[in-house]
Amino acid sequence: MNKRLFALLSVLVLASMVLAACGGAPAAPAAAYECTDPLGCVKVAPGEPVHIAYWGVLSGPDSSLGEDSKRGVEIAIDDKGGKVLGHDVLLTTEDGGCTPEGGATAAAKLASDTSLVGLIGSSCSDETVGGIAALTNAGLTTISPSNTRPVLTDPARGPDYDGYARTAHSDAFQGKAVAEFAYNFLKVTKAATLHDGSAYAQALQQVFADEFVKLGGTIVAQEAVAKDATDMKPVLTTIAAAGPEFFYYPVFVAVGGYVTAQIRDVAGLETVAIAGSDGIFTADLLKGGGANTEGMYLSSPDFSAFTGDYAGFIEKHKAKYGGSTLSTFHAHAYDAANILFAALEKVAVVQDDGTIYVPRTALREAIFATKDFKGITGTLSCSPSGDCGAPVIAVYEIQNSDPASWDPSSATAPNPKKIWP
Amino acid sequence: MRTSVGERLLDLAVSGVLWGFRILLVAAVLLGTIATIRAGKYTSEQWIDFVVFGISQGSIYALIALGYTMVYGILRMINFAHGDIFMTGAFGAYFLATWLNGIGFIDNHPILGLLIPILFAMIMAGGIAMLVERIAYRPLRGAPRLVPLISAIGASFFLEYAFRGFFGPGVYAYPPIKALEGEWNVLGVGILKVQVVVAVAAFIMMAILYFIVMFTKAGKAMRAVSESKDTAALMGIDVNRIIVSTFALGAAMAGAAGVLYSLIYRQVGFFMGFTPGIKAFTAAVLGGIGNIPGAMVGGLVLGVFESVGPSLFLEGLGIPRPYQLKDAIAFTMLVMILLFRPSGILGERITTKKA
Repeated sequence: MNKRLFALLSVLVLASMVLAACGGAPAAPAAAYECTDPLGCVKVAPGEPVHIAYWGVLSGPDSSLGEDSKRGVEIAIDDKGGKVLGHDVLLTTEDGGCTPEGGATAAAKLASDTSLVGLIGSSCSDETVGGIAALTNAGLTTISPSNTRPVLTDPARGPDYDGYARTAHSDAFQGKAVAEFAYNFLKVTKAATLHDGSAYAQALQQVFADEFVKLGGTIVAQEAVAKDATDMKPVLTTIAAAGPEFFYYPVFVAVGGYVTAQIRDVAGLETVAIAGSDGIFTADLLKGGGANTEGMYLSSPDFSAFTGDYAGFIEKHKAKYGGSTLSTFHAHAYDAANILFAALEKVAVVQDDGTIYVPRTALREAIFATKDFKGITGTLSCSPSGDCGAPVIAVYEIQNSDPASWDPSSATAPNPKKIWP
Repeated sequence: MRTSVGERLLDLAVSGVLWGFRILLVAAVLLGTIATIRAGKYTSEQWIDFVVFGISQGSIYALIALGYTMVYGILRMINFAHGDIFMTGAFGAYFLATWLNGIGFIDNHPILGLLIPILFAMIMAGGIAMLVERIAYRPLRGAPRLVPLISAIGASFFLEYAFRGFFGPGVYAYPPIKALEGEWNVLGVGILKVQVVVAVAAFIMMAILYFIVMFTKAGKAMRAVSESKDTAALMGIDVNRIIVSTFALGAAMAGAAGVLYSLIYRQVGFFMGFTPGIKAFTAAVLGGIGNIPGAMVGGLVLGVFESVGPSLFLEGLGIPRPYQLKDAIAFTMLVMILLFRPSGILGERITTKKA
């Protein structure tokens, strides 16, 4: 028994010595690639796929937002013929649930996957707030198609955000656009806001409020509810007591649906103008909000201002998935994926046998160095703090509360329909 | 029973701190209330609205809380899947009501269009609860108390994710009932019809349940089993049958609550039972768990406090965005009750210690 154990041990020791020797001084022919990147390299052997991941909200009331962006990435992969540098592209997904905790969990899982080359995501600013540190520290870089919270790409955002860029607009633009729409177009002077405690909504309503005051308007109430609140009538009664002419709630789908469904029941708010933003720019709002959504305003990226071939994208989307787009950031996701592929093609070191090495720092720098990139949302250039979007915001009006009629890119009967600018 | 001076001093100090806490809390509530009322931001009609919103929400809590309290009364067990039973009822009613709406039945017969989905939801929720009891709880009847509790949490997740699997992660809109739109004028105050109908329906349901438990043979048997299972069995009561019918009855209430909830909030989704379930559990503890009138009182108190509290005293205290703290009010009340009156508002009635 002892003898056999000894034999086994010696075999193992011998084997490990041989392996160590191989690792230390590779006996591979020709010039093997030596990775000198401070964050390391990802090796993709011949026949192996290039692994990218999409992380975002894929469950719960906001799943349309994440699903919509995921489709944008999938179409971008299709357009590449499913291949980058001769390797198949493997897309996996991780659900962040639109919460900081969910984002942290998803990011931790992704950070531990050493085969990952790059990421697209997240959907909700909260997910990024929760998860970005883990991804950055793992040497990964993610491009978000739909995070809009301004501070995420602030020059003073801190080193945790080194691996973060986005193709979505910052809400510094969106909040301002809505304020101008309300003050100049609707000619209202008294506005109230409501947020759901999310990083997105909190910041956006504040930008709106600041800009609205700058234009000369008054903010009569700024309230907030919890993200899982359902009974909005008390808080709406409080808002009604302040007597607004314009009520802005740039929240997510759950709260947005409940507020819209209940708002006309509250004395004093029967006719107030109501508006939301890109977080509820989805047919799911019509399901939750019902008939009250008719005439509601929603701000969103201006689809008609996209300089690229958006119509062609919509064709591909129709052919692949049928039906209308689900939310607003599919084109931004398509662009984000293409920026990632372009950077990948630029920095990847290709060996004769087809093996590729992707140096992580170089990839990150290539993404941030993106300049005059012809995307479908516009001509994109990234700022040193990761802002790559070409923001043009429009305000749309919901024409019909039937979810089946949702089709913002329809030529004949767009719903919602662009009304400003 | 002799305690040392040190221990007595410690006791005194602890109760002193607790009393101080109590006084502080009451003072904060009073100060906030006075400040709000002096600010005069709300009209009396708005105050009435707050209370009415609270009553209709509270009566839904009460209906769900009945299920928690009945099962606890009979098995000493918290049925954590109860919130999801509520969700199954709402789903069942949603599909039936959508179909009825499609054929124009609800517009032509608004009362039947309201009652039939409620009845269907009650039957469906009751049936699912009986299945859950049979599969997840009965085999664990003799096990330590923690075991069925864990099983209940498992059942809760199972129901949630089974429904998610069948019907997707999104939400469905409950069909609007035209007859319930608009307001009724009650003593010069406009009150939403749907709120009135929900509150009245909930009170009728509770009255029926109370009648069943107090004045029928089955109810008597339930009370007997809750006093002592062994003695009840010796008296010829089929304990298992009574337990099943308790589950079914509680679940039927939750199913009805699910429909009423959908009538007010017009949304049905797989996760909708979670928060109301926890709130109703809070309500059951608030009223005194195991006590049926207690669950009703607890639900109403909780609903009204949640609705009135943020604007009545949190705003007066100068807290910004008070509605974010709505849940905090509910759970602060729970903690207060557990600290100062563990048996709940009406909890004194359970005097006999049950094994």
